[in-house]
Amino acid sequence: MRPIDYRRASSFDDAAAGQIIAGGTNLLDLMKIEVMTPDTVVDITRLDGLSTIEAEDDGLRIGALVTNTMLANDARVRAGWPLLSRAILAGASAQIRNKATTGGNLLQRTRCPYFYDTSQACNKRSPGEGCAARGGAGRMLALFGTSDQCLAAHPSDMAVALAALQAEVEIRGAEGRRRRVPIHDFYRGPGDRPDIETVLDRGDLITAVVLPRPLEGARQTYRKVRDRASYAFALVSVAGSVTMDGETMSDVSLAYGSVAPHPWMDHDVVAMLEGERPSDALFQRAADRLVPDSAPHPDTDYKRTLLRRTFIATLRQLTGLGDATGTDIARTHG
Amino acid sequence: MKDHFTMDEPQPRVLDETKQGVIGTPMDRPDGARKVSGTAGYAADHKVEGMAHGVLVRATISRGRVTDIGRASVMDLDGVIEVVTDPRMTRNPAQGMAGEAPVQPGDDVHYHGQPIAVVVAETFEAARDAAQRLVVTYRKEDAASDPDATPDTEVGDPETAGDFDAAWAKADVRLDRTYTTPSQVSAAMEPHAAIAEWTDGRVELRSSLQMVRFNKAELADTLGIDADRVRILSPFVGGGFGSKLGLGPEAVAAAIASEKLGRPVRVVMSRQNVFDAVLRRSETRQRVRLGASKDGQLLALSHDDRVSNLDGEGFAEPVSQASQFLYRADGLSFTQTVARIAATPAGSVRAPGEAVGMVALEAAMDELADELGVDPVELRLNNLPDTHPMDGRAFSTRRLADCLQDGAARFGWADRWTRGTRREGDWLIGMGVASAARSNMLVKSAARVRLQGDRAVVETDMTDIGTGTYAILSQIAGEMLGLSPDRVDVRLGDSDLPGASGSGGSFGASSAGSATFLAAKRIRRDIARKLGCPEDALTLQNGRARGDNREADLSELIDQELVGEAEIEAGKTDESHFSAGFGAHFAEVAVNEWTGEVRVRRMLAVMSMGRILNEKTARSQALGGMIWGIGTALTEEVQSDARDGHVVTRDLANYHVPSHADVPGDMQVVFLEERDDWANPIQTKGIGELGISGAGAAVINAISHATGHRTYDCPALPDRVISSLAP
Ligand SMILES: Cc1cc2nc3c(=O)[nH]c(=O)nc-3n(C[C@H](O)[C@H](O)[C@H](O)COP(=O)(O)OP(=O)(O)OC[C@H]3O[C@@H](n4cnc5c(N)ncnc54)[C@H](O)[C@@H]3O)c2cc1C
Ligand code: SF4
Repeated sequence: MRPIDYRRASSFDDAAAGQIIAGGTNLLDLMKIEVMTPDTVVDITRLDGLSTIEAEDDGLRIGALVTNTMLANDARVRAGWPLLSRAILAGASAQIRNKATTGGNLLQRTRCPYFYDTSQACNKRSPGEGCAARGGAGRMLALFGTSDQCLAAHPSDMAVALAALQAEVEIRGAEGRRRRVPIHDFYRGPGDRPDIETVLDRGDLITAVVLPRPLEGARQTYRKVRDRASYAFALVSVAGSVTMDGETMSDVSLAYGSVAPHPWMDHDVVAMLEGERPSDALFQRAADRLVPDSAPHPDTDYKRTLLRRTFIATLRQLTGLGDATGTDIARTHG
Repeated sequence: MKDHFTMDEPQPRVLDETKQGVIGTPMDRPDGARKVSGTAGYAADHKVEGMAHGVLVRATISRGRVTDIGRASVMDLDGVIEVVTDPRMTRNPAQGMAGEAPVQPGDDVHYHGQPIAVVVAETFEAARDAAQRLVVTYRKEDAASDPDATPDTEVGDPETAGDFDAAWAKADVRLDRTYTTPSQVSAAMEPHAAIAEWTDGRVELRSSLQMVRFNKAELADTLGIDADRVRILSPFVGGGFGSKLGLGPEAVAAAIASEKLGRPVRVVMSRQNVFDAVLRRSETRQRVRLGASKDGQLLALSHDDRVSNLDGEGFAEPVSQASQFLYRADGLSFTQTVARIAATPAGSVRAPGEAVGMVALEAAMDELADELGVDPVELRLNNLPDTHPMDGRAFSTRRLADCLQDGAARFGWADRWTRGTRREGDWLIGMGVASAARSNMLVKSAARVRLQGDRAVVETDMTDIGTGTYAILSQIAGEMLGLSPDRVDVRLGDSDLPGASGSGGSFGASSAGSATFLAAKRIRRDIARKLGCPEDALTLQNGRARGDNREADLSELIDQELVGEAEIEAGKTDESHFSAGFGAHFAEVAVNEWTGEVRVRRMLAVMSMGRILNEKTARSQALGGMIWGIGTALTEEVQSDARDGHVVTRDLANYHVPSHADVPGDMQVVFLEERDDWANPIQTKGIGELGISGAGAAVINAISHATGHRTYDCPALPDRVISSLAP
């Protein structure tokens, strides 16, 4: 770690003075190995009003400093948006979730191992340097939305759930203005600047995440497949919410994790399912639509098969087509 | 005076006659409270007056030469004291029991990750920053780093018994399969660390090392000084699993930097350093050929393997070790190929050989049983050899058949269903079995016991690497001297004490335990003399001596300290008898038919491994091994970049040891009674490594029983399981 200036923000304006630190569970690791080398770190954890979950209209406004533990355990979240709770609990460990914050989780960096190793070329770390993961070991890389410059996937579980729930990110700009950005517009693809990952401008502070009104009677789950039973980043994940309207599916919402530089969504797939009766044949066709014909890196070719199968299995369980024994399907209630 | 004892004949079961009754009891380890309260001082915990902090710098090329270490790039940073390089620095840890310096490459770079310098600063943070910022210039050379592709291989001579080709030709059923296992690491919880301090031309090294007697010789040889100028202290070791057998580059760097700077220096490896520069287990490619008659008699058995290592390392993962004595066949053949690559060197990682070799052998046995239509337990029972198949030695004791049968009964093996036919929701359920075997060793060891009234002290340079040495040596001495173990202090891990085997190869408890036993036995002789009775009439219990109608409290009888010192080494019994621990592993798994995830639902190991000294520490060892088996089967894999050999999975978020959720609550361990009179005077065998040997195979076999399909590549990650389902 380089020597830093540490400042504690006492007003929102102070937050623009340097690299924000919240729980520090990602930033500190990256600073220790000098993947991130900020001169100034601004601690926002004493700022007022960012640590609570409040009802807003029919939804919830989740302060940026609400910890992952608090959010996952919130009774309102567990009842109305259970898939969010499940996604968070599928991530990291209890100790890390106790420190990790809502804002920090959204902005955690990729787990591409080449990004973490300063002896390796990485365009996300140093734009223009090259991408050592291309041609290297790439099991954790993405399937969709990559660019020539970067193949990395976004590792957050929480963000995938928020995407499926159509949440918005509330941002306070350096000049004090607040704006809200739907989560699927919040992240940007790598293009030729993989170091820029979101629409945040210099000095922007995430103040909250806002959940829209919950769906009564929806069946929800977060299905995460990983290399061990717990405490590992997803190989692929599927966040799903489906409401059965008699025999047909309605309010279908799906997002996919660890397959793209941000939570991946496919509106065509949703359109194929919406209003239809669940069937294996339909799910197979939808999977054909979802899964690309090739992978950007040979080591992620398996994700095509794994995503397809996880997608189908999840839909089968959400719609009652498959046996849900041993899975974690929740029904929302207000 | 030191008693010298050579293991030339079977030994009487003294520990079954003594009266204290503490051998085998599940006594808590005496060091436990200190460990969980953070007061046991591990190597890096010590604060030495005036100590500077060193951080290793790694090479970032896979072969070539350092042309400029770039000292100027960091010397202006606050707190930086020096960038130390030295021709005596070592490129990697010594191999286990080397007793001499590892390769000292000078300015040459042999692999990506090799320590090439140590940056020393006033604080750890400054040293780490400077180590990262150092701008090193290299002259690069080409080198092959891909173990599958390197042209540089050494093919060993086949080790054979009988005529494999003829037996293979005669077989009715032939199975020819290739298995792979990836590189693995020990991933000990405590990273490697050392503090070195020089006083009057003598160096004292506090480090985390498993084999102090050898490490002392290694450090002396590395520095080019006499061994009597070296003292090593390693009283607590936070896990080793082979990774701390040999003196490591961090210890050498600390010693050299401390000498040059004239002040104590501490060097602690980061987790990434550990992955880069500590000996890994080689990946393996294993070809197993089993030929059998229709009625299930093995005729031909061959196990050939290909492993890798860096040039200059004498170690090669002994993959087929257990295959050479587990089953009988008319023809056996074993050939090893070592690929030379520019990559982190390989060495001993828990149960070298068996840990990965038995996965292949036992998976092949399982598949053969299927082909023959015999029960896998039966197939094993039907093919046990009468004597060692390669050299004809008698088995000292071998209760493998009992383990298999007892385990089958306990596990409900008889209720096993047809492969690939049981499901619960999307989960396919299966059961697997595997034999366990691990050869047992006795390594030269000395110990001293002092009796002061009714308190005793055991002194040896033996180590406790989390295994329970403090506990069992206090039990052995207590048993022999009629003292409660809490009246026995055990001092370990100091090279000034009598030299023991150290912890490795599961031989520590037997070797150092036997030396302690013999040292205490010598004191019994003195007590008997003092009491005035013959030694064999002496009974010692709860601090009281009895014999020939005489009685006395030790606290009164022993008015002057009695000292016994003894040394033991292997002898003729090793030539006449082959000693090994045996067991049987059983596992039940659930496999998700959609995602390929595998969950172990229960595991059982039944083991016969000589006298159990402490039921609790023995059980912990067995359980730890079984968990490694789960890791081998399901999760653990070092990924390297084939282009330059650098380790890609350099932290514990990427290298997946089993998490709690991977380990079922239902993990059973059963010990069958056994005394190995041919092994050593306390009739024990090695325990730690037997737990892992074969455990992974039981899981792999259970997967194939669940799905009806085989996986040949470990670990069985979700994508591999899926592709086995729909090839
Ligand atoms: C071993 C390990 C395993 C993990 N496993 C998982 C997993 O399985 N799934 C998963 O989803 N995550 C996992 N994580 C990641 C974890 O969820 C994140 O580290 C955590 O959510 C980050 O939150 P934080 O508050 O600690 O962020 P910090 O580390 O404090 O900050 C992260 C980034 O966010 C910025 N930032 C923080 N708050 C704000 C704000 N309000 N406005 C603007 N910028 C802000 C910081 O500047 C920094 O760039 C794991 C982490 C570790 C260490
Ligand atoms: S994939 Fe992206 S993060 Fe990984 S090395 Fe390439 S540029 Fe860096």
